[in-house]
Amino acid sequence: MARTPSAASERRAYVNARLFDPAGKLDQTGGVLIEDGVIKWMGAAVTRASLPEGTNTTDVKGALLVPGLVDMRVFTGEPGSEHRETLQSASRAAAAGGVTSIVIQPNTQPVMDDASIIDFILRRAQDTADVRVYPMAAITKDLNGEKMTEFGLLKEAGAVAVTDAIHSVRNSKVLSRAMKYAGNFNLLLVQHVEDSDLAGGVMHSGESATRLGLPGIPAAAELIALERDIRLVEMTGAPYHAAQISCAASLDVIRHAKERGLPVSCGVSINHLTLNEHDIGAYRTFFKLSPPLRREDDRKALVAGVADGTIDVIVSSHDPQDADTKRVPFSEAAFGAIGLETLLSAGLSLVHSDQLPLERLIEATTDAPARLLNIQGGRLQQGGNADFAIVDMTASWVVDADLLKSASRNTTFETRAFEGRVTETIVGGHSVYKLSDH
Amino acid sequence: MAKTSSAPRPFIKSNNLLSIADLSPTEISALLDLADTYADDTRKGSKHGKILKGLTQINLFFENSTRTQSSFELAGKRLGADVLNMAVSASSLAKGETVLDTAMTLNAMRPHLLIVRHQSSGAVELLAQKVSCAVINAGDGQHEHPTQALLDALTIRRHLKRLEGLTVAICGDVAHSRVARSNIALLSKMNVRLRLIAPPTLLPSGAENLGTEIFTDMREGLKGADVVMMLRLQLERMNGSFIPSAREYYRFFGLDQEKLAIANKGALVMHPGPMNRGVEIDSIVADGVQSVIREQVEMGVAARMAVLDALSRNLDTSSKAGS
Repeated sequence: MARTPSAASERRAYVNARLFDPAGKLDQTGGVLIEDGVIKWMGAAVTRASLPEGTNTTDVKGALLVPGLVDMRVFTGEPGSEHRETLQSASRAAAAGGVTSIVIQPNTQPVMDDASIIDFILRRAQDTADVRVYPMAAITKDLNGEKMTEFGLLKEAGAVAVTDAIHSVRNSKVLSRAMKYAGNFNLLLVQHVEDSDLAGGVMHSGESATRLGLPGIPAAAELIALERDIRLVEMTGAPYHAAQISCAASLDVIRHAKERGLPVSCGVSINHLTLNEHDIGAYRTFFKLSPPLRREDDRKALVAGVADGTIDVIVSSHDPQDADTKRVPFSEAAFGAIGLETLLSAGLSLVHSDQLPLERLIEATTDAPARLLNIQGGRLQQGGNADFAIVDMTASWVVDADLLKSASRNTTFETRAFEGRVTETIVGGHSVYKLSDH
Repeated sequence: MAKTSSAPRPFIKSNNLLSIADLSPTEISALLDLADTYADDTRKGSKHGKILKGLTQINLFFENSTRTQSSFELAGKRLGADVLNMAVSASSLAKGETVLDTAMTLNAMRPHLLIVRHQSSGAVELLAQKVSCAVINAGDGQHEHPTQALLDALTIRRHLKRLEGLTVAICGDVAHSRVARSNIALLSKMNVRLRLIAPPTLLPSGAENLGTEIFTDMREGLKGADVVMMLRLQLERMNGSFIPSAREYYRFFGLDQEKLAIANKGALVMHPGPMNRGVEIDSIVADGVQSVIREQVEMGVAARMAVLDALSRNLDTSSKAGS
């Protein structure tokens, strides 16, 4: 929604909150005063009594107040497949999930491989989106892995990183040049790590795939691509980010690269932290993801990898698909699941079950991605954008796909009961989402 | 063995037959008993034209298969059903009609029994969710082909008088075979000792967890086998993608007299057809005294009659009845 300038000068405050920002080592009861879209004053001293007269004040009754989430891997259908998701519908889903910045992927139609399309996206976002929208541009023209895009011009237009989205740049020479060139513009190169020749299947390779008669994707498909890429990082010295890793062995590769001081980071999707290959059950296509859901051992290792910092960021990998692409036989179905609205709640399920500390969950969804992409946000700071989410840690709710804000229904969490829910989301000082019965 | 058609009343819980994995050992035995009866009766010339009288059976084949389709057609007709064959050509799918569109269209014609073959694993299950008649899986991708496993078990049981305790070797392209998967599921439920024999490129991932022994040397694997079940090797897999050539495959994994001699004396030789003579099986063996390949075709009709009969009994008591 376009923000009205008159409202921007309004003084608003949230008090009696548990201010929580692990990157700023902040965990205290207090309040936040917003003026002109930024955090004017923040801390334990901010109470209803200490605020200036006439401040529009909300008592959140001890709820958690965290920096707005930055989701580094979001697919939309605009332009090209608006029936699946527009920037507006994606932004509403984001707002309902406490996500205040979405980083959208370039595999739209047309592909985001030209400055004019980045410009179009940002204008559309300005006019229609409730949250901040940051585009990633393509590494290669048409995502076909051959010719580099204009990184400099794309960056000037507003691209925050380059990636070929769901494709891996396969040619090592093309990739090494792209790394060098992107490094020169200080643009992060984000790669989908998968050896496409070895992948070829539709789910994790193993006993389940064999029983279902479905072609598998071995873990080695990810490892080979990741190890090759890291050798190229070694050669070029350029910053590199593996968009999503899915198996335990990849953690060793990342750990080793970090130990050698290479500028390498990686992400994981919330699906891979909370689900495994058995969730596919009898050909449930909503669980057909890329990379595929793997073994329970992998899932546990990935959670531990987030906890110990080997994995830098958690993403939703929000990928809206409709009946045309999902209500078909499994091997013909599209990959992907929506996840913006359930990202934080699913993450909290790991916190509640003592698998992941809250600090790491919040850091990996706020400050870590913001720092990697060099964008504002992800922190609670005086003078910083007033982008934050208020979370009732004990509110329980059951996911109902029909009530989600996304234009698509392909959630992996249908009927899942969660504890912990976003009750209000603030972007630039404006409330962009409020849980109605709260 | 039961001698009359009225003897054992089979009962299977499900309204559909989508996979062997859904059947209990008791249900499998009941189906085999009924099929046995139908096999005997057919040989004697007894008629069963009233069992499915007034019921409509549609054979919906998204993938060509003259043999399986004819077998289902004959099974339906012998039981008195009105049988309609529908071949869905690739072109109508190319026009954008999905499996579910086709399913809804057919459902509107209110058939009672729908026999489906599709090239994608899980497609029959997907379709079954959208129709209100009994659905029989006649082969879905690389997943299952349950009636093939039933007819194979029936053939073995008629010859060797039992299943339990036998050693069955399944040889060939296990990785891509729905026949192998259904047979593994059925025979392991019936306490058969199973062996898979294949070159490593044609073994599925996780094969070691399927509860079978695995051999990549055919001679080793055939020692002590009571039944040698050969699988068909698709032409497109012989050109260097999975194995280097047909002649190399024949040398190491083709069943010839010399290799068959390693198996138990009188071991049964089976093949789901159609055979590639000189690739996975030698003609002398295929047509030899130990071969029960033609009998498998005969048992195919009997096993399918049993399945159609069993499922039709569930039509009346469930909401699935088309009347």
